[in-house]
Amino acid sequence: MARMKFLCDADRCIECNACVTACKNEHEVPWGINRRRVVTINDGKPGERSISMACMHCTDAPCAAVCPTSCFYTTADAVVLHDKDTCIGCGYCFYACPFGAPQYPRVGNFGGRGKMDKCTYCAGGPQQDNTRAEYVQYGSNRLAEGKLPLCAEMCSTKALLAGDGDMIATIYRERVQRRGYGSGAWGWRTAYRTTVTA
Amino acid sequence: MRRLILAPFLVLLLAFSVPSLAQPAPEGARGQVSAEEMELQRLLQGGRIEGRTSIPSRESEVLVQPAGKAWRDFHNVTLAWIGGIAVGGMLLVLAGFYLTRGRIAIEGGPAGRTISRFGALERGNHWMVASSFIVLAISGLNLTFGRHILLPLIGPYAFANVSLWGKIAHNYVAFPFTLGIVVMLLLWVRDNIPNGRDIEWFKMGGGLIGKGHPVAGRFNGGQKLVFWITVLGGSAVAVSGYFLIFPFWGTNVANMQLAHIVHSVISVLMIAAMVAHIYIGSLGMEGAFDAMGTGEVDLNWAKEHHSLWVEEEMAKARQVVTPAGARPAGD
Repeated sequence: MARMKFLCDADRCIECNACVTACKNEHEVPWGINRRRVVTINDGKPGERSISMACMHCTDAPCAAVCPTSCFYTTADAVVLHDKDTCIGCGYCFYACPFGAPQYPRVGNFGGRGKMDKCTYCAGGPQQDNTRAEYVQYGSNRLAEGKLPLCAEMCSTKALLAGDGDMIATIYRERVQRRGYGSGAWGWRTAYRTTVTA
Repeated sequence: MRRLILAPFLVLLLAFSVPSLAQPAPEGARGQVSAEEMELQRLLQGGRIEGRTSIPSRESEVLVQPAGKAWRDFHNVTLAWIGGIAVGGMLLVLAGFYLTRGRIAIEGGPAGRTISRFGALERGNHWMVASSFIVLAISGLNLTFGRHILLPLIGPYAFANVSLWGKIAHNYVAFPFTLGIVVMLLLWVRDNIPNGRDIEWFKMGGGLIGKGHPVAGRFNGGQKLVFWITVLGGSAVAVSGYFLIFPFWGTNVANMQLAHIVHSVISVLMIAAMVAHIYIGSLGMEGAFDAMGTGEVDLNWAKEHHSLWVEEEMAKARQVVTPAGARPAGD
């Protein structure tokens, strides 16, 4: 089995936000929820970089560690998923998550935020694969169809890479060696306690 | 002569070299940032990697917040220990106290006559705070300890239902609790100002440990302590709780983490204190429950625990029944 990861090559990302839009469309994510977002650091200054960020599907995931109802689980592909039927929307995963991945459909309604929603790595949830029930709760399950996450698949500059961690790290390393620079794998140190050095 | 020939070349050289210094560096070397360095630096020195997004939401502008790790350690380790020791330890202490000291009886036995201690408003408010507190405490403890204790017993779906209703109750019951704390402060603060007698009361162990009953007014040292724990602790828990109940209203993720830490630590300490309060007000002492039950306490109980208050009340009662102009006998 693969160890699925995301890697955003910030030196290639042009902040087009197509990954954000594609994700919302693919999973019919409600208003106000962004499973993926593009953050631009040092905007307008030297060292400006844009990074597409979503759930990184961490090793030893903090969300799972703090969840009061233990609603998270990790698949054989190392994708971190959660069961919306046991989620109570308490918000603890948001405090623990280093990447701000957990999203809540109703913000500020006396803390009644609804079930948490986050990136599923296009792998659905605990429901039967590719059923209507799974789609309504979690969105489409591309992984079960043998496809990779849509955000990475349709990235126009191929900045966002998804797939087995070792494979995408190799691709990124080769790129950095060829062009002579690279700001590194964003979030990898925090999520996987590893880094990609060329 | 040679110098003169070289001079134009030197000028030319300077003319070309100066602007060339100001030219941008090659693409790769410009404004280098390193993901690894930034993440490590924020982890060690605090702070977050933040930027700008096209999403109108302040929280989504945070790229990496390593403080989540510290909050995780607090929630899973520190809070579990503080809560476990405070609440579990208090239960053990009380069990030990009950086994050695037993139920504290009224020394002179019940007098059979009663004296009015708490009115309907005082008792009503007390029970509003008390019942809210019990709901808040149980649903709160469930968020930290439930998955280790209750989840294996009743299974994930039943536990999720219980926790969901607990969370909803926690959110709404917070409002009567807060109201009750304010009313409690207004009703009882003037009788709860600490004074020298309270020091004596604590020196004598409040009559709980050792012999004899220290003198006390309407509230003794222990009750004043419970009052201030309730009012000050309750206020801190309420304020931090409202930050949590309205997520990201003028707060960011670091503020929310801090609000949760303050809220949970004070809560578990208050729960430990209230377990002791509940014990002494019910099982632990004969005659104590009546104060908040019927509001009428046995006269001997009142004389033992609140001697000065009883004298005051008696004096007041004499004033009321004495006809105007009457003088004590022998005067």
